[in-house]
Amino acid sequence: MPLRHFHPLCIASLLGVMLGAPVAPAATPEAYNPWPGLVQDIFNNRPMNDGADVIAIEMPYRAEDAAIVPVTLRTKLPPGDSRRVLRITLVIDQNPAPMAAKFELGPDANVTEISTRVRVNNYTDVHAVAELSDGQLYMTKTYVKASGGCSAPATKNADEARSRLGQMRYRQFARAGQGPASGAREAQIMIGHPSHSGLQMDQVTQLYIPAFFVNELKLWQDDSLVLSMEGGISISEDPNIRFTYVSNGAKHFRAEARDTEGHTFQKEWKVEDSGI
Amino acid sequence: MAHRVSVLGVSMLGVSVLGVSILGVSILVLLAVFATSTLSQAQPQELPVSEVAPGIFVHIGEAALMTAENDGATANVGFIIGESAVAVVDTGGSLREGQRLLAAIRARTDKPIRYVIYTHGHPDHVFGAAAFAGDGTEFVGHRNLPQAMAARGQFYLDAFRRIMGAQLLDGVRLIPPTLLVDGTVKLDLGARILTLRSWPTAHSDNDLSVLDEQTKTLFAGDLVFLTHIPVLDGSIRGWLGVIEDLSAVPAERVIPGHGPVSEWPGALTDQRRYLETLASDVRKLVARGAPITVAADTAAATERSRWQLFDDYNARNATSAFSEIEWE
Repeated sequence: MPLRHFHPLCIASLLGVMLGAPVAPAATPEAYNPWPGLVQDIFNNRPMNDGADVIAIEMPYRAEDAAIVPVTLRTKLPPGDSRRVLRITLVIDQNPAPMAAKFELGPDANVTEISTRVRVNNYTDVHAVAELSDGQLYMTKTYVKASGGCSAPATKNADEARSRLGQMRYRQFARAGQGPASGAREAQIMIGHPSHSGLQMDQVTQLYIPAFFVNELKLWQDDSLVLSMEGGISISEDPNIRFTYVSNGAKHFRAEARDTEGHTFQKEWKVEDSGI
Repeated sequence: MAHRVSVLGVSMLGVSVLGVSILGVSILVLLAVFATSTLSQAQPQELPVSEVAPGIFVHIGEAALMTAENDGATANVGFIIGESAVAVVDTGGSLREGQRLLAAIRARTDKPIRYVIYTHGHPDHVFGAAAFAGDGTEFVGHRNLPQAMAARGQFYLDAFRRIMGAQLLDGVRLIPPTLLVDGTVKLDLGARILTLRSWPTAHSDNDLSVLDEQTKTLFAGDLVFLTHIPVLDGSIRGWLGVIEDLSAVPAERVIPGHGPVSEWPGALTDQRRYLETLASDVRKLVARGAPITVAADTAAATERSRWQLFDDYNARNATSAFSEIEWE
């Protein structure tokens, strides 16, 4: 009896192999897990603590547009905690350049939320690793499905890609339920930049187009650092960072950016007193 | 074919409870089917096409995402027969679809295929190209298309290997155009002139239209969607601008990139309304300081019931539109 049960199964699967039928569902995550190697390369194999109570990462489950996938990082330390978040590293495991960004949080700015947009090439884990003032690393992660369809982690508008190079915009948002007196602010920096990945080959010359992206961004209120970012090519074209911070009463907000070709971009804005 | 095999696998299990003797017969049946499948792979079945104007044949793609089950055959593809030559307009979403399109051409004419014209570089339109390579066939596209293929090609091949499987992706080659269009180019198929026109960034940054002067039939590629939600991979503001210029093209009918063949320029109405609604909703969200994720969830929601595949593409269109409009 068991034979009768087994035969057809074996034959069916044998035929499947003969005909080259896919055995597993087509859209499975990559079997290879790059994370242990990334812990070694990016974090020098330092121990990873569970970061569930320290940091949260939010991304859509499906990357709707491979070139623009929103990501929000939120610190979760309770008010009484004596520790402070020094830096947060964002890693997109299956991307060609997994280290997407490293954020340094200004000592007095109390940044608790950072949103940006990244490119996602594949089905992938995305890790956020916070380093606290206790010297420990705390990790949390989410999973993102790559987009289907015709979107790609590349420019959509080759004719316009360079036209915004170096333009910078600063915008301040109202925080619901928090008056200006609280000092709590939400702001956004936009930097026009084509951010070529450098991973594509020129079909005519057969040479790789050199990578060209913003690799350093620093944001200040007067002379006090609010937030800095070490960026990689996984950050979307026209880098956009939205974040919360607490005002130190400064009258000016300043941004400095540098790209891989050594261009530096700098701009300063007057901070509106209203906080709006 | 993979689909057919898995169905057989299921029926085998059903048969098995009846006993071993029937199993023997089943193996024979399976082997016979296997032989037929191999044969049908060597001589692909014709892609169903209809003659929408004299000498112009079109296959209407399925309103679906590209999958292993549909061979990636989701876009409209077609061909135009002149007195001395044939032009193919888009090649389909897999080598198999390209081969089936070729079979449909060869069932109707033995004239040489002189041109393969790409309306743009998305996978559902270019993955069948290898079926037409060789024999003096020239590949034609927008001046930006080689660059777009270089930037995206490997990503598309990898992504659709995951989605559609190795069997359909083996043999898919991206063949960049060598005849580039910057402005307008006229191609002569023998007593039949095609006017090719490159457009500024709209649906994508490499959109090209093809007008058959004789029958006033416009192949618009993905510059025009009907019933299938428009997909934004270029510039929403650019696209709205292009729609105005496109509507002045002296055509009587349009073959859109997705959706049915329709009268011109009335075919533009729904798409214009969708894109205007999306742009206006996104503009309001940007003005009030909403984050990009809110746009993905809410913009153009009033259009949901009017389009196929709305939930597959609207959030993406909104995300893309937001990242453009926030720079206004």
